Amino acid sequence: MTAALTLSNISKRFGALLANDDISLAVQRGEVLGLLGENGAGKSTLVSILFGHYVADSGSIEVFGKPLKSGDPKAALAAGIGMVHQHFALADNLSVLDNVVLGTESMWSLATKRKAAYDHLTLTSANFGLDFSPNTLVGSLSVGQKQRVEIVKALYRGAKLLVLDEPTAVLSPQETEQLFATLQSLTAQGMAIIFISHKLGEVLRVCDRVAVLRAGKLVAQAQVKGNAALDAAQLAQWMVGQSLTVRAPRAAPHGAKASSPNVSLNPSPDAAPAKSLALELRHVHARMSDREKLIDLNLQLFSGCITAIAGVSGNGQLALAQLVCGQLQPSQGEFLLAGQAAPASVGALVAAGVARIPEDRKGTGVIADLSFWENAVSESLPWPASPLARWGLVREAAARAHAAQIVARFDVRGTVQGAGADAPIARLSGGNMQKLVIGRALMPVGGQPVRVVLAHQPIWGLDIGAVQFVQSQLLAARDAGAAVLLISDDLDEIFDMADHVAVMHGGTLTSVRPLAQWSPTSIGLAMAGSHAGPANAPHERTPHESTPQGSKQQESAQPEAASNPEVAHAA
Amino acid sequence: MRLERRDHVSARWALGAPFVAVAATLLLSSLLVLWAGKPVGQTFSAIALGGFGSVFAWSETLTRATPLILTGLAAALAFRARLFNIGAEGQLYAGAVAAIMVGGLHGGTGFEAPAWLLLPLMLLASALAGAALLLGPALLKAKLQVDEVVTTLLLNFIVLLAVGALLDGPMKDPTSMGWPQSVALQAELELGKLVEQTRLHSGLLLAGAAALGVWVLVRFSVLGFQIRATGANPQAAAFAGVPITRTIVLTAMLSGALAGLAGAIEVAGRTGYVTLDMSPGYGYSGIVVAMLAGLHPLGVVLASVFVAGMLVGADSMSRVVGVPTYIADVIVAASLLNMLVAVMLAQYRPRWR
Repeated sequence: MTAALTLSNISKRFGALLANDDISLAVQRGEVLGLLGENGAGKSTLVSILFGHYVADSGSIEVFGKPLKSGDPKAALAAGIGMVHQHFALADNLSVLDNVVLGTESMWSLATKRKAAYDHLTLTSANFGLDFSPNTLVGSLSVGQKQRVEIVKALYRGAKLLVLDEPTAVLSPQETEQLFATLQSLTAQGMAIIFISHKLGEVLRVCDRVAVLRAGKLVAQAQVKGNAALDAAQLAQWMVGQSLTVRAPRAAPHGAKASSPNVSLNPSPDAAPAKSLALELRHVHARMSDREKLIDLNLQLFSGCITAIAGVSGNGQLALAQLVCGQLQPSQGEFLLAGQAAPASVGALVAAGVARIPEDRKGTGVIADLSFWENAVSESLPWPASPLARWGLVREAAARAHAAQIVARFDVRGTVQGAGADAPIARLSGGNMQKLVIGRALMPVGGQPVRVVLAHQPIWGLDIGAVQFVQSQLLAARDAGAAVLLISDDLDEIFDMADHVAVMHGGTLTSVRPLAQWSPTSIGLAMAGSHAGPANAPHERTPHESTPQGSKQQESAQPEAASNPEVAHAA
Repeated sequence: MRLERRDHVSARWALGAPFVAVAATLLLSSLLVLWAGKPVGQTFSAIALGGFGSVFAWSETLTRATPLILTGLAAALAFRARLFNIGAEGQLYAGAVAAIMVGGLHGGTGFEAPAWLLLPLMLLASALAGAALLLGPALLKAKLQVDEVVTTLLLNFIVLLAVGALLDGPMKDPTSMGWPQSVALQAELELGKLVEQTRLHSGLLLAGAAALGVWVLVRFSVLGFQIRATGANPQAAAFAGVPITRTIVLTAMLSGALAGLAGAIEVAGRTGYVTLDMSPGYGYSGIVVAMLAGLHPLGVVLASVFVAGMLVGADSMSRVVGVPTYIADVIVAASLLNMLVAVMLAQYRPRWR
């Protein structure tokens, strides 16, 4: 019997990035294949190629023994490939039947074949154990039911190979169980299923086989069913890789100190003045668009220390960043700056020495249509006692002078001097935009010392030169005594920069531990929300216990870290 | 065809766009003139002479431009914050009614206060009335994301009906012989004439001062920065610490106040009382004016004079040449559409494939 799907030597390059590197993979009928990988590992690219949204640079695809025309979504649908996206494509104000039929009939046909469609849909639903009335309004269904409508929609169109993208991300545990039962009945009837996920436990439960992508490469394939040797720790290691430990040390980020990579990996605490508690979150809950994004979060940031938050994005990192930026107020719990309740306004936070580097520099960090110089002082203008305002008017000369200082000190390139400062900032490259954002944050107009730096994905999308510059600035801020909170889903970045690491999953944080106490495997497990971590993973979440202890441990961990085989590799 | 954003909008394109738009408009409307069977050259020269050809023509044009400047500023300021105030017409009437409430001859006398006190009070009342009318839509937009285009547009009709009720009821002028018009303004509150024997009044100076003030506000003030930031990217503005709700509400109050002032100045400078036809759609034309001006407060003055000139010129042209005055409405409307296309082409480059 031919395989349901055979991918042969698929490669796809975007500029300098090799998103898929010579991937060959087969899915059999009646099989659930787990496709596992971090953000950016190449899963979406691979699926997009399968669906004809991208054309592979090389390689070929066969579906049920027949070659699939590349770059043609219609051919993919006709070949029986169905997709259930994480975000549903359903019209709430239409019935289940209408949603399923929508797009399958010609726009010009005068009669709809509703009766036939109704019967066909009922039959399809019954065949696969999906039960709901075709006349129900989609808007009245639960999330799990909507997902089943998406599955039925794919089946109705004759899908024999179903791709599910993060299907459990939106489901409650009970709905997840139901989904797994549905998947079982689908495979029992010969469907092939590709199950894309981050969640190791689910992959182990539901998949027959697993394929792991990392940095565009297929790094591992393994049988899951009947393979007792395969556990979450092994999957996590494949997913995260050992690249962290075998990688060459980074180019010197800041001066002579960086000549020893040990310094950047395990900065000596005695280089900084005595650590003090700069920022504290106590049992913080926060909601965004009516969903609880932070759940009983505890975190302490110490001056002179980079604390990194690892995690798969979408686990509450944005809410945490917005909270520290002053854009989101906790619904419960306390947000303290140097022991005092943090002010509620952005301007007052900036004035209190919080430097903010947001995730989305083009959409949030700068106001693209306003001029360069206005963007350079935008954080200071709305602030009531701003030194840049007088009688309600902007002190433009002083503002321009400050912008020029940022240009000089943070090496912002492009036409930003003189008349160039009047042009919209949208023209700058991403790297220069980020330099402005960082300069604005680290060199506040009021001259107040920077006590806390929030950096959310600060090097995302930057070229190597800009990356080094940004990281050296963050390290310099740390050395000058700021408490740096680095939120990233890039583990390389975290292992490069962090002194302490905590992992975020489902709106909560693990305890903060010194970097040396984490291994790629334990981080990977924590990122996947697995509680079956290695024995050395502490689970206590009380900040009073874990963090001060953690910083003590860090000092004593110095010699230990040098003997830690993984870190020693790097050195 | 697809549109590709230009990396850089050249100053020539940005400044030239309104002129290209007006030229294209005249070209298009000349087709209508030909269709009417009249000579194109004579028609347009009659419009130009009627609008700008003499002291009298200028006085009429500037008289018409005065309320347009204020409603244009109302639209330009609000649009800068992406607050689409389509309700300037209603706000103008609210301002006019407030002016009569403060300065009208109620029971034959009205408030007995010196003019130097009553005049500013009257202007303040009309500004507040206009602002109050926009407060509801602004709060609904800021708090509940209710589309302000719908609320402000529909409020216009509510206000007009309410004014109609007032003019037939408590505000009715008993000496008007049944015409629905309000009691008259106290004579000492009427604005002085700028040129004798014309209708041109000192309201023009007030409107010009308002344009200057709005320009300073938008270009140089902290609030102006907040307004522009909110309009350009509310998410980034909020990140920078701009209080979005407060900015939207303040912008709305200022915008409504400007439109309300237009009503007071029409009453005090031209009509002397409120009628239901005192504004030939100044509130809506203000939107055209603001768009033609590229939302620049000083450009609003020029655009108002252009639009007013077209309307006045068309009146006199229709007497001479015989093309209906509606040609002016076509020119004004088409110039807005052409302006939108020209601005888009200044920012985007069409690519054929």
